[in-house]
Amino acid sequence: MTTAPFAIAIELDGDGAHPAAWRAVDHAPADLLSGKRIAATVRAAERAGFTAVTFEDAAVPPGSGPTGRLDAVQRAAFAAPLTSAIGIVPVVPAVHTEPFHVSTQLATADLASGGRVGWIAATDPDPRSAAVYGRPAVDATEAVATASDAIEVVRQLWDSWEDDAVIRDTTTWRYVDRDRLHRVTVESQRFSVAGPSIIPRPPQGQLPVFAPLAGGLPAGTDVALVTSSAQATRRVATEAGAAQVWLELEVALDRAGVPAARRVAALDAHEPWAPGTVGRYVGDAAGLVDLLTDLVGQVDGVRLHPAVLDDDLDEIGRAALPVLRDAGLFRSPRPGEHLRTHLGLPVAVNRHTAARTAALEEVTA
Amino acid sequence: MSTTPPRNQIQFGVFFQGVNSTTIWTEPESGSQTAFESFRRIAQTAERGLFSAFFLGEGLRLREHLGQVHDLDVVGRPDAQTQLAALAAITEEIGLVATQNTTYNDPVDLAHRLQSLDLLSGGRAAWNVVTTDNAWTGANFRRGGYLDHADRYTHAERVVETVRAVWDSWDDDVVATDRDAVDWADRSGVHVVERDLGHYAVRAEGRLPRSAQGHPVLFQAGDSDEGRDFAARAADVIFSAHPEFEDAKAFAADIRRRTIAAGRPEDDVKIFPGQQFVLADTDAEAEEKARWVAEHQITPATAIAYLENIWGTSLQSYDPDGPLPDIDPVVEVTGSTRGSGFQFQKSQELATQWRALSEAEGLSIRQLVTRVGVRRGGIVGGYSSVADRLAEYADAGAVHGFNVSPWLVPSGLDDIVDRLVPLLQDRGVYPTEYRGDTLREHLGLRGPLTRRAAA
Repeated sequence: MTTAPFAIAIELDGDGAHPAAWRAVDHAPADLLSGKRIAATVRAAERAGFTAVTFEDAAVPPGSGPTGRLDAVQRAAFAAPLTSAIGIVPVVPAVHTEPFHVSTQLATADLASGGRVGWIAATDPDPRSAAVYGRPAVDATEAVATASDAIEVVRQLWDSWEDDAVIRDTTTWRYVDRDRLHRVTVESQRFSVAGPSIIPRPPQGQLPVFAPLAGGLPAGTDVALVTSSAQATRRVATEAGAAQVWLELEVALDRAGVPAARRVAALDAHEPWAPGTVGRYVGDAAGLVDLLTDLVGQVDGVRLHPAVLDDDLDEIGRAALPVLRDAGLFRSPRPGEHLRTHLGLPVAVNRHTAARTAALEEVTA
Repeated sequence: MSTTPPRNQIQFGVFFQGVNSTTIWTEPESGSQTAFESFRRIAQTAERGLFSAFFLGEGLRLREHLGQVHDLDVVGRPDAQTQLAALAAITEEIGLVATQNTTYNDPVDLAHRLQSLDLLSGGRAAWNVVTTDNAWTGANFRRGGYLDHADRYTHAERVVETVRAVWDSWDDDVVATDRDAVDWADRSGVHVVERDLGHYAVRAEGRLPRSAQGHPVLFQAGDSDEGRDFAARAADVIFSAHPEFEDAKAFAADIRRRTIAAGRPEDDVKIFPGQQFVLADTDAEAEEKARWVAEHQITPATAIAYLENIWGTSLQSYDPDGPLPDIDPVVEVTGSTRGSGFQFQKSQELATQWRALSEAEGLSIRQLVTRVGVRRGGIVGGYSSVADRLAEYADAGAVHGFNVSPWLVPSGLDDIVDRLVPLLQDRGVYPTEYRGDTLREHLGLRGPLTRRAAA
């Protein structure tokens, strides 16, 4: 366990986790796919004090609820200049995408946010996703292995510029020190990427990488997203290399005098909210506070999936987070704080800078 | 009562180049080339000046010189579409143009990201379509150098067709208009896109409806015969390399001819040449400033590297302030600076020409490179005389606008917006407000090509 503050993230995809959530919000259905809507929800999440927002994504449309979905990196980048403290963590599929593009897109969003972006590396083995990219379908094992290779390539690209590579030296007229730019050396049969990157190292150095534990955790993951807080599950995640374990949790709260169960039942009448592998809490805010209090010490954080985004985000922020904060169990990120720092992940020292420093110490020792 | 018909107008776009040899990085006022604040400042200044578009380039491998990363120019830039999505959040009107090549971007992914940008920005997105067959760039991608040079436009057209099919995959009015509808989207109006692109085949379900402008606007920047025909068939706007007045008129006539031949109205393709402006209160001051700009764009080291690109060998022993090298080029064609636009010219021919010019006018290496360098000063003059010259472009219909490359970041648009734009407005040759809410409206474009038959 780390000594970092307990993390409470919130998923902002669609109008909420309930497939009929779009019937319970105040905007026209198509307005879900607008900048105005993204701005409203990320600002609400930052005001409430959540650790981070996440944006679900996939190469195929959502299976239930609204079938329209904006690209998650684009949503993250759009959210960046509208916020100043909250972490912003998009899903970017890791199996069929090009690691070179993934690395530059995420680095760009990290720059625009001042170091607040993370990456959920999805390992979706859906053959329909392969067809979107015109690549051969892969099984679940190969998907995780490919994602592991992709994460390694992306991490090497983030390190391919040392932090002080831009020198602007007016005595030699060199803008960049080419000795501080590096090729990528990945021993993989899946990728050959030359490098260096086309963008300097992102502010965080290395963005925090998240991945679901289900189906196998890709190598290089910092935070495993799990669906059980059982000790056995946590052990699997940490043995697979994760520094932190966050629990996924669906949430519906009592709202404006209407019990959560009744709110859910009203939506279920349109389309049932089928239970999946993720646990669900339906009840009052005090019960959620108790549940989260119990989880502190068992896991490093939670990612909440609100039944109806507008209602449940607001209710969690109003009635649950302040209680946890007052109890000293939770701290919101501060403006300008890097996500990596806030999560208590170690400073990401550039591998090439470290190697040179070590070599230098050897010579001078 | 008779009224004078309004004059033709020109518009401005801005090209934040990032990687280039024309941005001056040596001065105290030279800001960061990658900090978001630099982009915010330029985009918001451009919007204050009613610019139609903010334009970003794409280069998927760092430029190399004599086998090593080229270290004398600005290098390092954000991913175009991601950066534009961030800028969409802090601008209201300006168009957002992403250069994206058709070889190393996956077509469905490209379509989806552009459409996402278009929806996020309320119909302000554009795609500058570029081609590459460059195996050297392909070394960063899993398909590698799969495309032959001759096939690059054939493949590009297939990619553009596929991208448009994704954009058209949702019928209009598919999304529910109220919360009591049967479904969020009527799935009978959502069509699967299947395309064989020769080197690979894709199958995808679209994930988005069309934006307020129908499709993102299509820009094209290639200048070959093939590139021009491609633009005449497929593009809405050409980012041309023909800013000089007579050349611009000839280019416009050529594009009109090709556009008609492609079965489109003659004014269907708008032309925005790239342009640099050096402005001051008077013509004399501007000339003086232009000399300063050129000297700072072509540093002594850049001058030598520029010649090395032609000679194909190290010229580090030559004095930038001395005469041209007495040795001949060791390569037949230029191309030592990989990833630059300056490749595949005949080295010996250029060397001979430049030696003659240098001897005739007594030019040093640096003076010569300043003279023949890619960007030859652009439009230089006092605010008022430049406004008059631009009015001539407008009256002659030589261009629809200029894509301005600022030589300073982030202050490089300030004098254009604060001093030149008002003079152009006084002359009636520049917009006094945004024409609509979308980029398509700002540019006065018709609807997307694939949607006209339906309309």
